[in-house]
Amino acid sequence: MTTLLDVRRLTVNFFSEAGTVTPVDDVSFQLAKGETLALVGESGCGKSLTALSILQLLPRAASIGPGSTIELDGQDLVPLDEAALRAVRGARIAMIFQDPMTSLDPVYTAGSQITEAIRAHRNVGKRQARERALELLEEVGIPDPLSRFDQYPHELSGGMRQRVMIAIALSCEPQVLIADEPTTALDVTVQAQILEILDRLRRSHDMAVLLITHDLGIVAGRADRVAVMYAGRIVETAPTDRLFQHPAHPYTQALLASVPRLTGPLQRLTPIQGTVPNPDAWPAGCRFHPRCPYAFDRCQQQPPVRAVADGHETACWLESPQ
Amino acid sequence: MTAPSSPPPLVRVSNLVKHYHRRGILRTSTERVQAVDGVSFTIPAGETLGLVGESGCGKTTVARTVLRLEEPTSGSVRFGEVDVLALRANDLRTFRRRMQIIFQDPYGSLNPRMRVGQAIGEGLRIHRVVPKRDIPERVATLLAEVGLDASAARRYPHEFSGGQRQRIGIARSLAVEPDFIVCDEPVSALDVSVQAQVINLLTDLQQRRGLSYLFIAHDLAVIRQVAQHTAVMYLGHFVETGPTTEILSRPHHPYTQALLSAVPEPDPSSQRQRIVLRGELPSPAHPPAGCPFHTRCFHPLKDSRCSTERPALRAVGATKTACHYAED
Repeated sequence: MTTLLDVRRLTVNFFSEAGTVTPVDDVSFQLAKGETLALVGESGCGKSLTALSILQLLPRAASIGPGSTIELDGQDLVPLDEAALRAVRGARIAMIFQDPMTSLDPVYTAGSQITEAIRAHRNVGKRQARERALELLEEVGIPDPLSRFDQYPHELSGGMRQRVMIAIALSCEPQVLIADEPTTALDVTVQAQILEILDRLRRSHDMAVLLITHDLGIVAGRADRVAVMYAGRIVETAPTDRLFQHPAHPYTQALLASVPRLTGPLQRLTPIQGTVPNPDAWPAGCRFHPRCPYAFDRCQQQPPVRAVADGHETACWLESPQ
Repeated sequence: MTAPSSPPPLVRVSNLVKHYHRRGILRTSTERVQAVDGVSFTIPAGETLGLVGESGCGKTTVARTVLRLEEPTSGSVRFGEVDVLALRANDLRTFRRRMQIIFQDPYGSLNPRMRVGQAIGEGLRIHRVVPKRDIPERVATLLAEVGLDASAARRYPHEFSGGQRQRIGIARSLAVEPDFIVCDEPVSALDVSVQAQVINLLTDLQQRRGLSYLFIAHDLAVIRQVAQHTAVMYLGHFVETGPTTEILSRPHHPYTQALLSAVPEPDPSSQRQRIVLRGELPSPAHPPAGCPFHTRCFHPLKDSRCSTERPALRAVGATKTACHYAED
C-alpha cells in the first residue's frame, strides 16, 4: 500500500505564563490510501491535538515544533501559508468532530451549509451545488433529503446532524477524512449507524480515515491498524487483530484488561492504578512507568521504538511484558 | 422479577407515571410529554437493578421521581414499610437520609467553593449522624473508605481528577448511612482505566454495607458488572426485564437485541451479528400508538397489531418481555 499521509516527529508546544508544555511529543505514523488507522487514548493523551495539527487548526497558544513534518502525497504541509492551507482543508483533508451542534452554524439550513462547502472549493453554479448536496444527503443515509435540506441544525437529532457533517466533509471528495470522536456524543444504536456509514463511504470513495477515539470497542472490527497514545506519545502501533490478541505494551495490556466485557467469564475488573498525569507533570523516561506493574530502573530512560512483529511496534524496554 | 430466593424487596415501585406539560410558543396550547408511562419494579435489599436505555428514554426521570426530586404524576413508591409519595415535606427531609444519589458529572455536583471535608460533613451535620465534635474523624473514615487520603478534606474539588471527584461524591452520599443509592451514569464521564476503579469501589461498598442500588447506565457491559437484574427502557416503557445474565445472553425483545448488538466490544474475534436500527427515536411528545418500538422494529412478524395494541410485559423464557411476537 502506498503511504498517503506521513506524519513524522510531530511535536506540539503550548505556551503559557507557567511555561511551555509539550502535549504531543515526537509522534510518527503513516496512513495509506483506503486505510483506516485508529488513534486511541484516554483524555489528555494528545490524540485530538495530533489531529488538529494535521490541518493546522491548533489553538492560538499552541504551535507545531521544529523538525515536525506532515506530508500529504509527498508534500510537506507544515511550511504552507494560510492560503495554501485553505486549498488543503476540506478539499483534500476533511474533518468531523465529536459535537456536530457546535460545528454546524445554527442560523443556516443544513442544505445551505453543504452547498456553501461545495461552492467554496469548486467552480459550480447554485443549482448544480444543490443537486450535489441532495445526493450527498442521500448518500449519508438521510431519509427524505428534500425536506431535511431546508431544516436548521436544531431541528435535527444528534445522529442526523453528524450525518450532515459527514455530507459536508465528503462534498469535495477528500483523500483523507479525520474523524475525531465522531460517535462519542451519540447513543449506541445511532453510533452503530454512523460507523457503518463511515465504513461504507471509505470504501466507495477510496478514502483514508484517521479515526480518533477513546473507545477500544469501536476500533475492533472497524480499523485496519491501531496506534495507542499515552501522555503525548505513541506507545504501540499494530494491525488491529494483532493488537487485541498480542498487545505488547503494558499500557495497552492494562487498558484492555480494565474494559468491562459483555461476554466471557464475569470477574472483578482490573483497573490501572493511579491517574493519567497532566502534561506539566509528565514523568521522565517512559511516561507510563509510575503506573506500570513491570517498571524497573531502566524505565527512567525513554525506551526506543522497536519492532515486535511485521507492522507491530512498541516503545517499551521489556522484551515480553506478561 | 424477583427470583424466589431473593430477600424481600427494599424498594417497590408500581405503575410509576410522569407526564410533563410543555406550553406552545403562544401559550394557547399545551403538549403532554410522557417521560415515564407506567413502570413497575422492585429492588431487594443488598441488590442492584440496572436500568438501561438511550437518551430520552425516561431512565433519569424514573430515578428522580423515585427519590421525589420530582413529583410523579401517578403511581406508588414504597421503601420498606414507608409510602414515599405520602410523606410530607418535613418527614421527607428526614427520610432522605435513607436514599441518596450519585450523579454522572462529579464536576457539577460538588460546590466548588466548599472544601471536600465540609461537603462530606454537611450531611453528617444536617442529619445529626454523629455529634458535632466527631464530624472530622467520621469524614476521615469516609475518605479512607472510598480510597482517598484524609488530607483531601482540606482541599477544594478543583484540585482533584474526575475519578477522585466521583469518589468524593460517593463518600458524600455514604455519610448519611443510606440503604439505597441511585447511581445515575456514575462512570460514563470517566476514562476507562479510572472507570474500572469506581465500578470496583461501588461493588465493594455494596457488599460491605448491604446497599441497594438503582444503577442507570447506557453501557450494557457496565451493567453486567454491577447488576443482578436489569430493566431495558424505551420511550418511557420497560420493554424487557429479568436477570442480567439472561437479558445479555438470551434477549427476547427486538430492541434489547438491537441494543446488545450495537455495543462495541474490544474483541475483533467476537462474531456477533450487528443489527443496525433504521430510523430515529420518536419524540416522547408524540409516541407511536401500539408498541413504542414498532416504528423501528425489524421483527419479521411485525404487523398491524404492533401499531395498534400495546404489548404488556409477560414472561417469555427467563425474562419478561413486552412484545407480541417475542416467542418467534
